[in-house]
Amino acid sequence: MGEIWEGFKDAYNLLISFDEEVYKIILLSLYVSLTATFVSSFFSVPAGIFLGIVDFKFKKVVVRGIYTLMSMPPVIAGLVVFLLISRKGPFGFLGLSFTPAAMIIAQTCLVIPIITGIVYNGTKQKGQRIKMVAKTLGADKFQTLSLLLKELRVNVFTGIVTGYGRAISEVGAVMIVGGNIKGYTRVMTTSIAMLQSMGDYSMAIAIGIVLIMISFVINGILYNFQQGE
Amino acid sequence: MKLGKKKIFSLALILVLVIALLSGCVQTAPTEETSKEVKNSSIILATTTSTENSGLLDYLLPVFEKDTGIKVKVVAVGTGKALKMGEDGEADVLLVHAKSSEEAFVKAGHGLERFDVMYNDFVIIGPKNDPAKLYENASNDVIKAFKLINKGNAKFVSRGDDSGTHKKEKKFWEEAGIEPKGDWYLSAGKGMGDVIQMANEIEGYTLSDRATYLSMKDKIDLEILVEGDNKLFNQYGVIAVNPNKNEKINNDGAQKFIDWILGEKAQGLIKAFGKDKFSKPLFIPNAR
Repeated sequence: MGEIWEGFKDAYNLLISFDEEVYKIILLSLYVSLTATFVSSFFSVPAGIFLGIVDFKFKKVVVRGIYTLMSMPPVIAGLVVFLLISRKGPFGFLGLSFTPAAMIIAQTCLVIPIITGIVYNGTKQKGQRIKMVAKTLGADKFQTLSLLLKELRVNVFTGIVTGYGRAISEVGAVMIVGGNIKGYTRVMTTSIAMLQSMGDYSMAIAIGIVLIMISFVINGILYNFQQGE
Repeated sequence: MKLGKKKIFSLALILVLVIALLSGCVQTAPTEETSKEVKNSSIILATTTSTENSGLLDYLLPVFEKDTGIKVKVVAVGTGKALKMGEDGEADVLLVHAKSSEEAFVKAGHGLERFDVMYNDFVIIGPKNDPAKLYENASNDVIKAFKLINKGNAKFVSRGDDSGTHKKEKKFWEEAGIEPKGDWYLSAGKGMGDVIQMANEIEGYTLSDRATYLSMKDKIDLEILVEGDNKLFNQYGVIAVNPNKNEKINNDGAQKFIDWILGEKAQGLIKAFGKDKFSKPLFIPNAR
């Protein structure tokens, strides 16, 4: 119990000390996960809407594939990305292994199916009804689509928040492709795993508390955004 | 009627299970005259990643279990964490390699006594083309080699996890009068195997124990460039954790393990380990 209490005290001291290393770790976590979420959204939101309103052959298989990938273990994503970008791999010439870019790629692979799946689900439920309403009001194709986007606002944000939550909290993929290099690819989750293996529990707890707080704040902002308008 | 049959069947099943359980307990109880409790049939060994990664423990422990009937649960971590586990009373016995820290551990009353078990050595490994020219100019002088790495346009990957290897590496930088900082110095905070992989990937240098390097040699393009310096000598010690820590510590099992690993049989096994694969032993036993 003493150790946990110490951890809380350390967390407080960490945050007010403005220790450069700690803030580097926190900022890198945010940078990697937010970038991955942004890149994923760019592809996933249109893909999810498209899947929801357009019928084509093999659609069932595609959807099932996306649902399966939604629960892909981060370690597997990390392993696959690592094999592709490592020096012996097909993209070895890019020299991406153990860089923040590699971490963004791995997390993007994890987040794309999640956002796509959630957006698709929402579109499937509301899409038909909105199409009907738009038709009755005599809207053209473009107006229908903008109405659809407006109605799907909540689903899109839910998808983005869920995807971001997955990215910021995973450790398996970034550990493999980033390598937890001090001051370069070390993020909050890999720090916690490392500090635990070094027996430095109080510092691990401290960074854990920071991680939870940041998630809370970011989720709060996104939630307000979702509720607003 | 059907229900009755079901009931009888399930009762019989329960009876069979209970008998099986009881006979199981009887079998696992040691057959010596001392009626030991079941908890004494397993110990927790906190050790370093190198003893596990090299395969030494997988080779030794089944023999120990056969000889004594004691099961060993291995927790492979860095030396720093292993000592911390001992301090917290989370392990019964330690097999680690950082002599000064181990002696301090015993002095502070966390452990009972420290014994030499065996040694192996560290090597500096790096890419075949050797950009810092270690092999040419410092093939048996570790401090000079570290200076060359720092001067040359070369990357160095450090364990950075407070392990025995990391402690050793920090000492070498200190002796070389270099503060390891900058773009060329990557502190990974990972185990030996991971660090070797990383050095291989970015074509950098690292300090590794010979055993882990040899066990991975076929999968990587790194070569031994510096070896044979006395400073690279790596002594392993075994310590029983002080049983006053808590109720759960199995001191009896820990003592049995220590006696066994220092004994002639185990020392002979250690000497034979790796000979067939690498044509020389990975660890040299030196228990007194």
